[in-house]
Amino acid sequence: MTEFNEVLIETVNLKKNFGDLQVLKGISEKIYKGEVVAVIGPSGGGKSTFLRCLNMLEEPTDGQVIFEGNVLDAKSTDLNLHRQKIGMVFQQFNVFPHLTVLDNITIAPTLEKKVPKADAEAEAMQLLETVGMADKAKEYPRKLSGGQKQRLAIVRAMAMHPDVMLFDEPTSALDPEMVKGVLEVIQKLAESGMTCVIVTHEMGFAKQVADRVLFIDDGIVAEEGTPEQLFDHPQNPRTQEFLSQIL
Amino acid sequence: MGPGILEVLFEYWPIFLKGLVGTLKYAFIAVSLGSILGALIALLNLSKSKILSAIAVVYVNVLRGTPLLVQMYIAYFFLPIAIPALNSVSKEVYVLIALIMNSSAYVSEIIRGGINSVDKGQTEAARSLGMTAKNTMTKIILPQAIKNILPALANEYIAMIKETSLAGTFMLYELMYTRTILANKYLSWQPMFIIAGIYLMCTLGLTYVVQKLEKRFSVSD
Ligand SMILES: Nc1ncnc2c1ncn2[C@@H]1O[C@H](COP(=O)(O)OP(=O)(O)OP(=O)(O)O)[C@@H](O)[C@H]1O
Ligand SMILES: [Mg+2]
Repeated sequence: MTEFNEVLIETVNLKKNFGDLQVLKGISEKIYKGEVVAVIGPSGGGKSTFLRCLNMLEEPTDGQVIFEGNVLDAKSTDLNLHRQKIGMVFQQFNVFPHLTVLDNITIAPTLEKKVPKADAEAEAMQLLETVGMADKAKEYPRKLSGGQKQRLAIVRAMAMHPDVMLFDEPTSALDPEMVKGVLEVIQKLAESGMTCVIVTHEMGFAKQVADRVLFIDDGIVAEEGTPEQLFDHPQNPRTQEFLSQIL
Repeated sequence: MGPGILEVLFEYWPIFLKGLVGTLKYAFIAVSLGSILGALIALLNLSKSKILSAIAVVYVNVLRGTPLLVQMYIAYFFLPIAIPALNSVSKEVYVLIALIMNSSAYVSEIIRGGINSVDKGQTEAARSLGMTAKNTMTKIILPQAIKNILPALANEYIAMIKETSLAGTFMLYELMYTRTILANKYLSWQPMFIIAGIYLMCTLGLTYVVQKLEKRFSVSD
């Protein structure tokens, strides 16, 4: 962990309630530039909520999210500018069904960053090339498999040139034979130096790509460390229990 | 007993035609202006401000929860008192205002329902890309919602064709008003069958067209 020194995202005593339900109970974490952080933990522990607070899709009840030195404010219009630099990939893909594959990728850069359409399309084609989908540019998403939709969602986020990518169980809604292709795309991204926060149930993948693993349970980071520390020598009984159930 | 239905139709068809044109016209005005007003009400309803959305909810509930005829009477008698500037315009306008407001309440619910029918993940994906709320609504949500909104709006127009029959009560020249005209010629039951037939042709015919269009839409899905 020593190789990373520039903090990209910091959460300070992050708390989130849904009504009376305390979902995040105070998480203070730093995510460094270039780091790949895997987030694991039992269902309902708050992994998704933590991730969604990082780009203010959920507004924290208390505490702060600091992105590139800016305290994110759900009510500020600057938030849109910060979000452009925080890519997010969802379990359910959330591609835009009324737009072609190409338009899915170009709509945000052309509208929000005023990138000329021709430039945006040229870049979108390059991105599609990298995920083996250049031949699908003119298709509508309904013609795509789940794996293709998720790869589209990834390059759609990449087209904004984000500084960090957030993944929320990117392969959980996929048929087993589609998982590998999507994981490969994420791995390539991670290896290219992109900062990534990945919520995942794929322990093997987490072990392989992550620089650091957070174990979130019951609204707190119950344990964290390198993949070796966390997977091979878990200290917290809760981590041990969780891993024994899953492996 | 008097003359038969066909005899009445042949002799007075221009009157019925004029009535039909009036009915279609008033329904069109009510739904198209009602749609613009309804879109605004839907925006209020979906707004983050509790006060604005409460205003929209009250507006919709009052207009959907009271009979249109009552609303028309209130508009007819109370509007010129409430807004003296309206005294100079024709009484037709008061009745139309009631129709438009009534329609806007239904349309706002149609639009709200159409927008809510779009998966929340679409908004989240757009916002996570840094898209503004406005662009998210106009480029991502509305284009998807419109597939549900348009057929429902067409159905609202069909319903409004029947609702406008109440406007005849206030001397607006629409289908139902032809009854008043022909009653002066001692015709009681014959015009009613003709009027009913014309309404039926309109509503069934338009319903058929809407169903065809809906099929088209769902094929392109
Ligand atoms: N919008 C919401 N409204 C109310 N409760 C919510 C909401 N979102 C999440 N929760 C609750 O918060 C808790 C944590 O949810 P979260 O989705 O963050 O868990 P998770 O760790 O991602 O679980 P999973 O592995 O099942 O995805 C759960 O009890 C969930 O029911
Ligand atoms: Mg989750």
